[in-house]
Amino acid sequence: MTGNSRDTVSGDFGLSIEEPLIFEQDSPGALGVDWPEAEAHTNRLGGLARSGPVGLPSLAEPTVVRHYTRLSQKNYGIDTGLFPLGSCTMKHNPRLNERMARLPGFADIHPLQPESTVQGALALCREVQRWLSVLTGMPGVALTPGAGAHGELCGMMAIRAALDAGGDANADRRRVLVPDSAHGTNPATAAALGFEVVSIPEDARGRVDPERFEALAGEGGVAAVMLTNPNTCGVFENDIRRIADAVHEAGGYFYCDGANFNAIVGRVRPGDLGVDAMHINLHKTFSTPHGGGGPGSGPVVFSEALAPYAPVPRIVEEAGALRLEEANGEAFGRMKAFHGQMGMFVRALAYMMSHGADGLRQVSGDAVLNANYLLRKLEDVYSAPFAHSGPAMHEALFDDRALRDTGASTLDIAKAMIDEGLHPMTVYFPLVVHGAMLVEPTETETRASLDRFIAIMRGLAERAKEGAPLAEAPFHAPRRRLDETQAARKPVLRWQAGEAEE
Amino acid sequence: MRYLPITGADRSEMLRAIGAPSVEALFSDVPEDALLAEPVDLPRHAGEFEVEQRLSRLAARNRAAGAGPFFCGAGSYRHHIPASVDYLIQRGEFLTSYTPYQPEIAQGTLQYLFEFQSQVCLLTGMEVANASMYDGATAAAEAVMMANRVTRRGKAVVSGNLHPHYRDTAATLARFQGFTLEAGPPAPAGGEDLASRIDGDTSCVVVQYPDLFGNIRDFSELAEAAHAKGALLVVVVTEIVALGALRPPGEMGADIVAAEGQSIGNAMSFGGPHLGLFAARTRHMRQMPGRLCGETVDADGRRGYVLTLATREQHIRRERATSNICTNSGLCSLAFTIHLTLLGETGLRRLAALNHAGAVSLADRLGARVVTPHFFNEFTVSLDGDAAEAVERLAGEGIIAGVPVSRLHPGAGLDDLLLVAVTETVGADDIDALAEALS
Repeated sequence: MTGNSRDTVSGDFGLSIEEPLIFEQDSPGALGVDWPEAEAHTNRLGGLARSGPVGLPSLAEPTVVRHYTRLSQKNYGIDTGLFPLGSCTMKHNPRLNERMARLPGFADIHPLQPESTVQGALALCREVQRWLSVLTGMPGVALTPGAGAHGELCGMMAIRAALDAGGDANADRRRVLVPDSAHGTNPATAAALGFEVVSIPEDARGRVDPERFEALAGEGGVAAVMLTNPNTCGVFENDIRRIADAVHEAGGYFYCDGANFNAIVGRVRPGDLGVDAMHINLHKTFSTPHGGGGPGSGPVVFSEALAPYAPVPRIVEEAGALRLEEANGEAFGRMKAFHGQMGMFVRALAYMMSHGADGLRQVSGDAVLNANYLLRKLEDVYSAPFAHSGPAMHEALFDDRALRDTGASTLDIAKAMIDEGLHPMTVYFPLVVHGAMLVEPTETETRASLDRFIAIMRGLAERAKEGAPLAEAPFHAPRRRLDETQAARKPVLRWQAGEAEE
Repeated sequence: MRYLPITGADRSEMLRAIGAPSVEALFSDVPEDALLAEPVDLPRHAGEFEVEQRLSRLAARNRAAGAGPFFCGAGSYRHHIPASVDYLIQRGEFLTSYTPYQPEIAQGTLQYLFEFQSQVCLLTGMEVANASMYDGATAAAEAVMMANRVTRRGKAVVSGNLHPHYRDTAATLARFQGFTLEAGPPAPAGGEDLASRIDGDTSCVVVQYPDLFGNIRDFSELAEAAHAKGALLVVVVTEIVALGALRPPGEMGADIVAAEGQSIGNAMSFGGPHLGLFAARTRHMRQMPGRLCGETVDADGRRGYVLTLATREQHIRRERATSNICTNSGLCSLAFTIHLTLLGETGLRRLAALNHAGAVSLADRLGARVVTPHFFNEFTVSLDGDAAEAVERLAGEGIIAGVPVSRLHPGAGLDDLLLVAVTETVGADDIDALAEALS
């Protein structure tokens, strides 16, 4: 069985067309843009002119448009179908937001042109801050972080700065408590800042055991806890106030990973739960496109206690005009160049304005409703380790117990889903359950789409029990399973001339 | 609400299937007093036309670059973006896809990343490039951290002509990670002596090419001096189009190139999102931050691409990862690679030549006011008075004259200096207007 090589002359079939690399389509003399030769001028490059060609291929515009169109057809997106990646919040990306971000007044302005000429942009940033502040119940908003992990750095730097401001007594506060179910970025962030990561195991409910947490917090040296809520086991940490109190009593701060804010937006304000800092992935909850891996945007909201340490620049109002404040005594520093992901702020604000306070409340309600619906409709065929722990939030977590003795693995189910026209859920995360399958349908799916998903997942469970060869799936994707071992053992990370002959 | 397809009837039936009396009942694990009974105090939902109207009014309060003569640079540049770039990146299969962790249905993203990495290697003259970082400044900070790991040392010697936002971004990490960043004072006319500052504790020397003031210099000797002491040379590029005209850093002995790629394919967008480029030597590949795309084969032996060497990354390595980065600048790298493919060898060389020619033309008009002896498309002009005031005054006359150095180096005694960038979007009449205004 060879998946795509049906018997055609070309080896391609229908809309499934092989596409060579741009380097293999080099047609010297072809032009994709019509820039003229520069007029004669003195050269002021000081002898540093490039001596040889760059080595870029030459393609005309039609070839280029066709190349990327064909590549796009090898991709699955939210526009294609259900994209139930747990913890990633792959929801509909409204095109209005794209149009707004491309208005010349937002896209064609420079970060360092006079402030008097960008008052609308600064006002938009302030408006994003206002929405995020009201939705989270937290007074401070740092806009600059480039994505969620960058927001984590920002929040944890503010915590370190606040501890340092507390004097030498805090110098030994280096322990950061992180549940085992946390995203990998949490421990990576803490470690990058020189903190010692102390892991907290999940209890049988898929939650942090408050007594155990209090004991760990009581051991001293605590700088912070990094907690995701709702957590990646798909449930709400109902002891969150006890956890917050315990970390505060121990002299530390409460960092909340806001990746799952979509489950509670408009209904619960993290500020009411004792959180000191939380990043918000605008590319998750507020629907800025994931774009195949980015760009994201990770604003951080701060409590009164941490707000003074937020990074620069900050937007301040003076004599009726907005300006960027580049230095502030207590600010911990700068996170990146310029003022943040403006293009993402425009999209997120368009999204928030479109939904409004009422619509955002419906977002979390429907996201949670949909996840619970999937959980209840699948828990008899896929084992759901925490289904007894109370309602799921916006994700349904399954493990691979139900697949035991079938010969099929979580990965096989995921790859078989591809053949069914679905994107797989998040697999093997969180690490706290075996063969995890984390399903997040989001609020933008129809009931018909959810029912189709349920029917497929039930059918695949059935097939696994019947011993179907799921290990060979997918058969009907642009590629069969790829050899990741070979990729890592003998890395080929770029095209090189003559490579084919090697 | 137009984005929310679950109907009231759906909701009732689904709640019945779940066995819950209401949606609110699904939030029973939240402490009761933290559950909001009503929507928060923000406006209610709005139709598409209303949102568009309100945001358009905000946009209209900004002076877009295309409205008149425009000369800002300093890390973000206005270049023309071909229409097909913006069309292609908005194809839903690119725009609404995720990080390509399921390679069988993400070959589109993976193949362009492979092509992107290859193009970045060619432009910079380096051996290996990753799939992007947030921006040039964070790429530079990651470069310093990587140099610290490679050399097991903790002191970076930083040129005073590095963009201050880049310097400050690295300094923030230095403060919290406990390494040293030795930044020199700005030297607008160039000619810094960095080699003498390298010692046995130095992990890297960080230089910018062209530098903040527009200067270009050959770093080959500096690279040798760094290598002689066991340190790495990190070359930062904030205007990547320059490498269409200039010798690439890889030819000068750079060990890491950290660059801002916005200039190719991406709008200025008030400074973000931009595109961090990161390139290095193969021998340091496993110490690199960020995602890497590699070639392999599928079960039928056909060529395909995957994310690889992930054991460096946070989702596998957690607290032992080389960086905490996860999301990068995916769609910006797509815009970059499409634009660069359209440009091709000839287009890029011509584009770079047009930039240089325009800058030379303006510099010729300004004569002795130009502080920068050798430059690409940006240079420093010395004014008789305060540059920030001049910029503000000229903005009132419809000319965005450039970036006053005091905006980036406040209180450094450089208030009379103005950074002026000339790209292919600047016309001869724009140059006339600025030359007259400054003379």
